[in-house]
Amino acid sequence: MSLEDLYRKTTISPDGEEFEINPIEDYFCTDKPEEVKPVQNILEKFYNWARSESIWILGFGTGCGAIEMRPLMTPRFDAYRYGIQWRPTPRQANLLIISGYLSTKTLKRVIRVYEQMQNPKYVMALGSCTINGGMYFDSYNTIKRLDYYLPVDVYVAGCMPRPEALLAGVVKLKTLIKTGMAEGANDYANRFDWYKTNQKAVILNWDMPDYNW
Amino acid sequence: MFQKIIEKINLKYPIDVVSKKSDKLMFLTVHKNTAVNTVQYLKDDLGFKHLVLLTAVDFLEQGKFQLTYLLNNPDIKIDIGVRVLIERESATMESAHSLWPTIATYQRELREMFGIDFPDSPGVNDEFILEGWNNTPPYRRDFDTKAFAANFYHQRNSRENNDPSAHMKKNLYPNE
Repeated sequence: MSLEDLYRKTTISPDGEEFEINPIEDYFCTDKPEEVKPVQNILEKFYNWARSESIWILGFGTGCGAIEMRPLMTPRFDAYRYGIQWRPTPRQANLLIISGYLSTKTLKRVIRVYEQMQNPKYVMALGSCTINGGMYFDSYNTIKRLDYYLPVDVYVAGCMPRPEALLAGVVKLKTLIKTGMAEGANDYANRFDWYKTNQKAVILNWDMPDYNW
Repeated sequence: MFQKIIEKINLKYPIDVVSKKSDKLMFLTVHKNTAVNTVQYLKDDLGFKHLVLLTAVDFLEQGKFQLTYLLNNPDIKIDIGVRVLIERESATMESAHSLWPTIATYQRELREMFGIDFPDSPGVNDEFILEGWNNTPPYRRDFDTKAFAANFYHQRNSRENNDPSAHMKKNLYPNE
């Protein structure tokens, strides 16, 4: 898909009929994300407990850290005992793990994936690259801090973090969810314009709608 | 072995410099006009039918790019690199995609990273990994990567440095 495909244009149907389409309005939702106000009651606490015990990770590796997620599935570390499992599509996942450095080309796909995920959703960032650029601090093509572009709930430091560190990060995330502090998606909705400005500053060919779930 | 090959090539195309690295590896520097023909001769007649890579080196001081076509002969198991120097200003080189279709990918990458044009190479102007890049091609040596990254990407402030000797001096002997 290119930028031209998003503009209003006239098309001819197979029957020869001419009609006008506006892809951004026809195919995408243009509404901004809305904040879901957190409620403080016993039912919500139960929900949060349930959410923390069923963390479904999107199988999407961006950098070298993706290799550290593989051993987690194996019997040695066995992440499934924490209620974690890997899902093939963003619609079924609620945890996005940014595993390492992000080039601007990948960042564009990551933003799209994050926006396609359903609430409640969380972001975990692995490695020093997502924190301060790491060894790619002087690269022409990788971002240096992830929290300018996506709301990050948990950082796991290391280059690369071992699977044990990843598990510790997951346990930390579970505590945050249970105490109702993992509000990244609401933060994204509240500061949507700020995030979009930052994202568009580094993604030079922005050829997608602003919010495209 | 190499001597025979050099003699055979010299009958058809001029070679400027021969640089023998080992029994298995040799580099030839040839003219820009005959470079692709030399590569074709090596491929078709001398059995160097495997293209290992095509790469470029930026010689900023001389104002030149050096392209290297690294070829392999799987029968006698030796490598030959064909080097060619081209001008850095509006760098252009003849495309070799008729010899190996896969070389178009290398040429596309060189077009994006070094700004070397290969006219008629399929898809050479398509974006490879940089999307919407509007600056100097990043692999050119006059592109200041560090300054670009510092200006373009949001940066986290570095930690305060608590160097022990400086810290002690400041706290214990502030007047010295």
